[in-house]
Amino acid sequence: MPAPKKNGLQTVWFQSPPVIISTATIVGGKEGQGPLGQTFDKVLEDNYYGEKSWEKAEQRMLEEAMQMAIERAGLQPQNVDFMLGGDLLNQIISASFTARNLGIPYLGLYGACATMYEGLALGAMLIDGGFADKVLVGVSSHFATAERQFRYPTEQGVQRPLYASWTVTGAAAAILAREGNGPVVTHATIGRAIDFGQGDPQNMGAVMAPAAADTIARHLADTQRSPDYYDLIVTGDLGTYGRELAETLLRQKGYEVGGRLYDCGVMIYSPEQDPHAGGSGCACSGVVTCGYLIKQLKAGCIKRFLGVATGALFSQCSFQQGETIPAIAHAVVVEGR
Amino acid sequence: MIFLKAFVVGGMFCVIAQLLMDLTSYRITPAHVLVGFVTAGAVLSGLGLYQPLVNWAGAGATVPLTGFGHLLAQGAINGVQQKGILGAFSGGLAAAAAGLSAAVVFGYLAALAFKPKG
Amino acid sequence: MVEVKDSQPMEIRKREYQKLVQQVIPRPTVGRNVFWAFVVGGLISLLGQGLMNFFAGFGLPLTEAGAAASAVLVFLSAFLTGLGVYDEIAKFAGAGAIVPITGFANSMVAPAMEYRAEGLVLGVGARLFTVAGPVLVFGIVTAWAIGILYYLFRLGG
Repeated sequence: MPAPKKNGLQTVWFQSPPVIISTATIVGGKEGQGPLGQTFDKVLEDNYYGEKSWEKAEQRMLEEAMQMAIERAGLQPQNVDFMLGGDLLNQIISASFTARNLGIPYLGLYGACATMYEGLALGAMLIDGGFADKVLVGVSSHFATAERQFRYPTEQGVQRPLYASWTVTGAAAAILAREGNGPVVTHATIGRAIDFGQGDPQNMGAVMAPAAADTIARHLADTQRSPDYYDLIVTGDLGTYGRELAETLLRQKGYEVGGRLYDCGVMIYSPEQDPHAGGSGCACSGVVTCGYLIKQLKAGCIKRFLGVATGALFSQCSFQQGETIPAIAHAVVVEGR
Repeated sequence: MIFLKAFVVGGMFCVIAQLLMDLTSYRITPAHVLVGFVTAGAVLSGLGLYQPLVNWAGAGATVPLTGFGHLLAQGAINGVQQKGILGAFSGGLAAAAAGLSAAVVFGYLAALAFKPKG
Repeated sequence: MVEVKDSQPMEIRKREYQKLVQQVIPRPTVGRNVFWAFVVGGLISLLGQGLMNFFAGFGLPLTEAGAAASAVLVFLSAFLTGLGVYDEIAKFAGAGAIVPITGFANSMVAPAMEYRAEGLVLGVGARLFTVAGPVLVFGIVTAWAIGILYYLFRLGG
């Protein structure tokens, strides 16, 4: 017997769609000056945030974003059933140290830059499954911590290729609840790890586009919807060229998404900010979703969107051993109500 | 005249490296370029080809990292001439000692004195 | 027309996709990169020549003047890296800022400075040699081999 809440191969639907009752976002200065700057709750003045190291700054951003989301929902940490969180650092220390400080039962997640959507999908499942009433989801990333872990120290003289992306400094958090006011999560499509043989850690868009196209096509097939059912289809951090690649791959699968396919990484910076291909990192899809997109839903500017966060599943070790990079994309449908 | 020659030769070494980085695989990182240049400089020096370039272009040949390889190789050869086979072990580093110590000392002090901006 | 289809075997799909990626991503601006690499690399060498002449003017023999010039260049590079300027130069100069001895110094200071929070020994001390370590290993081994060959065959010199 098929699972009662599963649609097709990879999509789940929620009988009582969980509600996003509050969100909070903190971003770095560069993101604050970008086109979406006004939609974020707090902008850091310096990338150390008064801490001794960038790692500590990242952890503090995440903790504050989570606390802000909890407060805005009118809750205390002890009223939250589970915390789902992750980040890009080794052994997801930002999320784990935040869990230590908040004391909420914690499930650590790693989906690279797709972690926010992995959290939203799992949180909605926990709630609609009857296992939780309130779930806190949050992610963070930081340009300087990510660059030195995945690529080069920031002060090292390296020429970034034109197709490189810029890791977003920021943290995003959301509270999902069984009941309340706010947009609802109606479906989630869990992605497969897809490897099209790309290996350049600077070219994240090309690495992740096949995963995004796969998950979007799968979602549309599973739900038997056409792309124009959604006001927006928003990928996480493919960047300019990755977005174009995903659009082409989807066309070759028989889906025309051109006009409604957007990318958080393209939206978050303006070209004058010299981000090259666009933004990336856990916080990229996190802050654009929890800041801009949710506000658009609440304001009634859009009715529903399909968010598709993308992640590249590699480490410096796997790159040095000559491995190619698998990628993942998780999709979530959010509707205004 | 020596200034013009230094400028052109130093610049040409960088052009070769730039082409290596732009036109080959992404697996060629700056670290690979530096290692390649130091090795190439040492080999050219061992073949007796680098010293004429140093004589002709001065700093244009000594400032790029190939010059560091040349220094190491000439040091090893001089070491052998003076001390026999033991010189192959001691000569290279002895010749490069000043530049290397400067890099370690200034590198260490800069790392202590400055906080990276990110 | 490049086609990437689910029905293709994975190997063909990867090859076709690679073609598609090459069509979409921007080519490196090789001409501009090479120009700036030449200019900046040339200028650093020019500065090195100036320093060499300066020290030679004090009566230092040529090799010592060269060593002194290198030390000054290394100091300047470490200083500019600390100020966060060197990576800005390298952004447009590319190899022009990597290949000269100043690039070598930058590759030592940058990681050492960023890993300062991990302590003086395993942070600064170890990370100074992230790039310099491999350079020294290959440089020393090659030089040693040349010394041995010279000992055996009296080559070069």
